Amino acid sequence: MSQRYRLPDGGRIDRTAPLNFRFNGTALRGYVGDTLASALLSNGIHLVGRSFKYHRPRGIFSAGAEEPNALVQLGTGARSDPNMHATQVELIEGLKARSQNCWPSVDFDISAINDRLSRFMPSGFYYKTFMWPAAFWMRYEYIIRHAAGLGTAPTGRDPDYNDKTFAHCDVLVVGAGPAGLAAALSAARTGARVILVEQDAEVGGALLGLAGEKIGGKPALDWVAAARAELVESADVRILTRTTAYGYFDHNFVGLLERLTDHIVDPPAHLPRHRLWKVRAKQVVLATGAIERPLVFRDNDRPGIMLAGACQTYLNRYAVKAGQKAVLFANNDGAYATANDLAAAGVKIAAIVDTRPNPEGPHSERAESAGLPVLAGHAIVGTTGDKRVRQVRIARLNDDGSAITGEAQEVDCDLLAVSGGWNPAVHLLSQARGKIRFDEERGTFVPMQTEQATHVAGACNGSFGLASCLTEGFATGETAAKAAGLSSKSRRKKTPAASNETFLPARWTWLVPSETPLGRGGKHFVDLQSDVTAADLKLAIREGYRSIEHVKRYTTTGMGTDQGKTGNVNAIGIIADTLDRPIAEVGVTTFRPPYTPVTFGAFAGRDVDDLLDPIRKTPMHGWHERAGALFEDVGQWRRPWYYPRAGEDLHKAVAREVAAVRTSLGVVDASTLGKIDIRGKDAATFLNRIYTNAWSKLEIGKCRYGLMLGENGMVMDDGVTARLGEYQFLMTTTTGNAAAVLQHMEEFLQTEWTDLDVQLTSVTEQFATISLAGPNARRLLSEMTHDIELSPNALPHMAFTEGTVASVPARVFRISFTGEMSYEINVPASYGMAVWQAVLTAGERYDITPYGTEAMHVLRAEKGYIIVGQETDGSVTPVDLGMDWVVSKKKDFVGRRSLARPDMLKPDRKQLVGLLTDDPQVVLPEGAQLVERALPNPPMPMIGYVTSSYGSPNLGRSIALALVKGGLARKGETIFAPLADGRVVPCTMTDPVFLDPEGERLRG
Amino acid sequence: MLLIPCPYCGERAESEFSYGGEAHIARPADPEKTSDADWADYLYTRTNTKGVYFERWMHAHGCRRWFNIARHTVSYDILAVYETGAPPPKFDTKSEV
Repeated sequence: MSQRYRLPDGGRIDRTAPLNFRFNGTALRGYVGDTLASALLSNGIHLVGRSFKYHRPRGIFSAGAEEPNALVQLGTGARSDPNMHATQVELIEGLKARSQNCWPSVDFDISAINDRLSRFMPSGFYYKTFMWPAAFWMRYEYIIRHAAGLGTAPTGRDPDYNDKTFAHCDVLVVGAGPAGLAAALSAARTGARVILVEQDAEVGGALLGLAGEKIGGKPALDWVAAARAELVESADVRILTRTTAYGYFDHNFVGLLERLTDHIVDPPAHLPRHRLWKVRAKQVVLATGAIERPLVFRDNDRPGIMLAGACQTYLNRYAVKAGQKAVLFANNDGAYATANDLAAAGVKIAAIVDTRPNPEGPHSERAESAGLPVLAGHAIVGTTGDKRVRQVRIARLNDDGSAITGEAQEVDCDLLAVSGGWNPAVHLLSQARGKIRFDEERGTFVPMQTEQATHVAGACNGSFGLASCLTEGFATGETAAKAAGLSSKSRRKKTPAASNETFLPARWTWLVPSETPLGRGGKHFVDLQSDVTAADLKLAIREGYRSIEHVKRYTTTGMGTDQGKTGNVNAIGIIADTLDRPIAEVGVTTFRPPYTPVTFGAFAGRDVDDLLDPIRKTPMHGWHERAGALFEDVGQWRRPWYYPRAGEDLHKAVAREVAAVRTSLGVVDASTLGKIDIRGKDAATFLNRIYTNAWSKLEIGKCRYGLMLGENGMVMDDGVTARLGEYQFLMTTTTGNAAAVLQHMEEFLQTEWTDLDVQLTSVTEQFATISLAGPNARRLLSEMTHDIELSPNALPHMAFTEGTVASVPARVFRISFTGEMSYEINVPASYGMAVWQAVLTAGERYDITPYGTEAMHVLRAEKGYIIVGQETDGSVTPVDLGMDWVVSKKKDFVGRRSLARPDMLKPDRKQLVGLLTDDPQVVLPEGAQLVERALPNPPMPMIGYVTSSYGSPNLGRSIALALVKGGLARKGETIFAPLADGRVVPCTMTDPVFLDPEGERLRG
Repeated sequence: MLLIPCPYCGERAESEFSYGGEAHIARPADPEKTSDADWADYLYTRTNTKGVYFERWMHAHGCRRWFNIARHTVSYDILAVYETGAPPPKFDTKSEV
């Protein structure tokens, strides 16, 4: 297809570099320098998608980041991006794009029936209709979301990679239009470190889309080129094009998204696709320009209806006529420039429809002298044309613009350019908590006050004239540099002369009337992307919504991916008119990052796959892998879960491992347990305060189990601590809690007990821990040491000694988490693998069996030992666990006072019990709810739940631990576990210690 | 993201720090003699200040030291940084809000 809408010359495209691309499968051509939108328009294609809710045909509406309609899916498979603005996508050879939200095609979309049914689908329709039954909402939501969709997520792994980087600067300038360039220049001339950010591929901003603008008597783009050249030459200036400042956060922290390869057909492998910049700027200059506002009139959404400034940009920058026969509908003078430019390019101007009764201003006058047909005090009251606007109806407005008078006339056209004024792009300013105010003269919200080190210049500041942009830009750049601490030796140059025409004067019209009442026949769209109409806003107000934030959420206006860049101010104007309140009182909704969408990949950067989260491995990890262990993640640690032999599943392997520990010998890698070295004259005092039990009298060479509480009295951690010396202890913590415990203790030492002489050092990774357990543990260990006396008198249960094991210096703790005779051997981490292998080799005669976390859990549950985080959840006290024996009555400790609070003493608190199913073969699921009496159907009052549950090979039956209301006093009673599959399992509450309650095995 | 001036390491990004809540909440000297209400107050009650707020931070990914800052909860300006145990600096809090 030829580019029949392309002008023979002009524009910033490269006619020597034609490009082939496909849209919805059709082969098309464009040029280097095109966007996807400009290339489509050059081929006469306006219809690019279907609207969100009503599936109405929609066309390209803008020429930039504010685009609400032309969202396309780019690419296929894994390299595919949804919801891309066709107006910002740079055209490249071979680009494949397709329409979204339509099936089977954009030309014939079945869901367009929604448009006919729209009378039955007002705002809140989904909430009102699909409310009951609540359980079905998930299903409805799926169907609704499917019908009202955006693009589709890519399938498969991301073939590209992304990067993240940090940067600091004196002055960050956002936007490289005339104001931004001027600000960057004057800041750079002081020697400031400057970062200039531009979302477009080239600098120049609005000047790129204008014809005939002069700066200093020369074409404006010459000045742009000179400014750019000077900045490129400056040593401390970085220009980032194709980069969006998407978020302005606290303390002048600004997020940038740089797109490095999206415009390259075969990007070099060394380049990331996107780079996320985290910039900390001393000063920020916002020169983000302004966004044109449409007019809200009946059926204002057809393809071929476009913002006036966008028509002008397509014409001047891309040499594309958006139509052959145009109508302009405007309420301001500036929009006439579009008609003048279009006429000069040979586009027939069928009518200029101006709501102003007396069109004034330089552009209007030029149009008038060129003889363009102007209809003053008129409005467009309707449009026709299914997939492209074909005709408009024009009628005279009454004096206050609230209604039409007389008969409407019909005018044919294939392009309708609209302009309702301009809104400063205050998004970043507002994200930075800057204040804006409604300005009556300019008919829009302009910056009023900044909260951070922020400066605003140019159109973003409501200064729309080119001369003002330059003056403000130069002044602001210097002010910002000065504020950043640069002593101003700016080589001051005179600000070049330029015209200062703005789009004013204008007449503000928030809602253009039509022949029929609002909502009867036709739609006045306010938010094109979310398909919200003026009638929807009025309905919300009739239903009682008053706050702009509520109306927004109820109607979803401004809640699309464009966040209402074109629609929001009109929505506020209509709401204000309806409520008969000033716009300033209605206010604006919150602006939130990102300004335009950012890919997840950019946020992830290189933190994917193996780099997503650190994996911690013990020194013996390689052995576990070779032994075929399956692993379990415990915090960041990867621990052997079980070691299956050929043909074994989890149950068989665990049964074998558990039996080996009880009958001969097992070994577990316990290196992951947190280890904290505690030293200092007050170490024992410190432990007295941190743990629930007493530590002062613990002998050197002895160990003690300790329970640590939060100040709220809830169990936080447990573990065994050994006294290595008068002033030295070694604390062990649970695997997942080591960092939290260290922080907890550091906090008390630094903030409450600053008088204590205690030093804490994490030594978790300095030692490998090999834990032997079983009746043959002592025999094996005695064969591996020549200098450690292991007799029960020399090294009884809960004792500690030092010596050598397998010729390696070792600390040996006789402590047990299995209920068997058990020795924990700590050796320097670098010897861990060697000693582990020596133990396994020497242990062969005892059929030594490595066991994993699952067997360990079964073994400890047989003994009723708790696991913090399994039997506890931050709401369980030592008393609830039946562990009063470890709580000192004689001293204060962290959390003690809380144990005496009234709620802690209630007899119906959930307390730890053992639970035996009446049928010993039934293993309850962990988390199963427990009830007093099973009712035929839920709901029924829950009195507790199962915290741990296993089949115990040693006991030949299932065992469980549970937290049950008042359970400590109810042992022997029967309760029930109603399961999801309908079974109701009767269970008896028991003591949680199922095996060897006297502890004979572990004392050996 | 706040830029927090650690008194020991200098200015660092907020992501290096842990937040410790309101500062100057002393643990009662004799918990056993503290009433239930006063203990609950110590545990759970914090002011929700609009204006200058004294709060604790810990440089978790740096020196691991706790310290206090005075931060304005509207502007997020950090007005003072001082060591644990030092008295809070004085501000004319009315004019700050």
